[in-house]
Amino acid sequence: MTAARHRGRSILLTSGLAIALAAVLIPFYWLVVAATHSSREIFDSPPPLLPGGHLGANLNTLQDTAQFGRVVLNSLLIAVVYTVCAGAVCALAGYGFAKYRFRGREALFALLMLGLVIPAQVTLVPLFQMMAELHWLNTYQAVIMPNLALPFGIFLMRQSMAALPDELLDSGRMDGCGELRLFWKVVLPPMKPALAALAIFLFLYQWNDFVWPLIVLRDSASYTVPVALASLQGLDETDYGAILAGTAAAAIPMALVFLALQRHFVSGLLAGAVKE
Amino acid sequence: MTVTLTGSAARAVPSQGTAPRPRPRRRVAPYLFVLPALLLFAVFKLYPIGRSFVISLHKTVGGTERFVGADNYVRLLHDPLFWTALKNTAVILVVQVPVMLALATGLAVALNSTLLRGRAVFRLGFFLPMVTGLVAYGIIFSVLLNKDYGLVNWVLGLAGLDSVPWLTDPLWAKVSLGLALTWHYTGYNAVILLARLQSVPAELYDAAAVDGAGAWTSFRHVTLPGLRPALLLTTVLSTIGTLQIFDEPFVLTGGGPDNATLTIGVYLYQNAFKYFDFGYASAIAYALAVLIGILGVIQFRFLGEKS
Repeated sequence: MTAARHRGRSILLTSGLAIALAAVLIPFYWLVVAATHSSREIFDSPPPLLPGGHLGANLNTLQDTAQFGRVVLNSLLIAVVYTVCAGAVCALAGYGFAKYRFRGREALFALLMLGLVIPAQVTLVPLFQMMAELHWLNTYQAVIMPNLALPFGIFLMRQSMAALPDELLDSGRMDGCGELRLFWKVVLPPMKPALAALAIFLFLYQWNDFVWPLIVLRDSASYTVPVALASLQGLDETDYGAILAGTAAAAIPMALVFLALQRHFVSGLLAGAVKE
Repeated sequence: MTVTLTGSAARAVPSQGTAPRPRPRRRVAPYLFVLPALLLFAVFKLYPIGRSFVISLHKTVGGTERFVGADNYVRLLHDPLFWTALKNTAVILVVQVPVMLALATGLAVALNSTLLRGRAVFRLGFFLPMVTGLVAYGIIFSVLLNKDYGLVNWVLGLAGLDSVPWLTDPLWAKVSLGLALTWHYTGYNAVILLARLQSVPAELYDAAAVDGAGAWTSFRHVTLPGLRPALLLTTVLSTIGTLQIFDEPFVLTGGGPDNATLTIGVYLYQNAFKYFDFGYASAIAYALAVLIGILGVIQFRFLGEKS
């Protein structure tokens, strides 16, 4: 291929993909624009294409109609506690399955992986009844507890932990390290990138989760962000300016956090995803 | 990921013959590590799965449960709405999933091309929709696709085209749902495929080029075979996801218009948490689980055996 042809193709491919990317990103841009306009302006013709000055008013409306500050705090608290606890459960289990040989290991792991293919819907009704019997409806633990042993997280951790050399563990044992201390002092430090990926995944998963919180949170004061937004959309007089401001407030910080940490995230997820 | 061994660790490698027998403490340790996960899994997954089946054999009448045997399953077979939901889900599976995976494959190949400038930016950008929660993007799309005031119809109007009843016409509502799903998941699948693509040895492409293969031939005979395991994974994941689909139709169209976007997931939710018919909802859930199991096995047989 001549240099000129090579360059031509390169420009063609890059600009073609740039157009596709722009199409993908338009909803994000429009979200930011719409969040700063009133409901009436959003549906003007022509629609607003640049940010307006209505963001503050929209957020105020959101606070008045949905206690949005409280809702964001609910979401944050649930997501943080979930990330820490589920991260610990998954890391412990992943390590156990990756680095020990014990009776029933294969069967127990297969059992956990069954959770990947059994649709969540099968457990919705009985779980809801369980939460009602425990008097856990409208509580944080009702949202957090059922998904702590997340099969995908355990799978991810097992894949990553398997890459840890056995020699490292043996040398720790020779130095007289107990098994739990070994996990804490020797195993976890080199696992930081994988743990970061897991943490981002868990946080995003919980932050965006909708169906389960929708079912167990019946009182608007305990709502998470997605539940609150969906409930606002169901109202007769839907204030789209307010809803979209809330959507932007929930989605854009997540996107930024993801952008900052994406290196870990993508490589960590793929370490688990594409192994044969 | 690689971990560099320190000098002392490298020296401490025990030879096979002298490895000490595990002490009792170490025989208990693995069980302690996996215990929290197993316990939580048993209580919040296995037990509900079993209980769900028991519930599906009961009917809730005035707050009390009455055993009705297979009645709920018989009702399911004769329920036109269930079949509508099944058909809608199948349409998404047959139309949207292949289109999305083809797009994702093309995108992965493009992202892997040495001709592309600024690859990191593209990889990141196409992955971003995945970060957006389902409710958030459902809301965004429902406003963008508004028939009278939405941005999309406004742009179509500029081009001299009639406005499209995106969410209010049964056929277009399905198209809208497909567009939203494609927007959300294509980049994610592309990233999985891309990772696989990067492990296809460059020598294979060189060899193909030496044999005089064009772009299409080398794509068919080198790229596609190399992608097979990742394509299997993305196909199975997309199938499972599609069969369970709930959030998008729930937020975007509420299952309407005229049940055109009613999916099994939405129908199950309606029966359980709108009509509080737990027995019937559980029967739907079990039908769904069986379906996922069957399709999963078929796909593994079909796609897995050839590799």
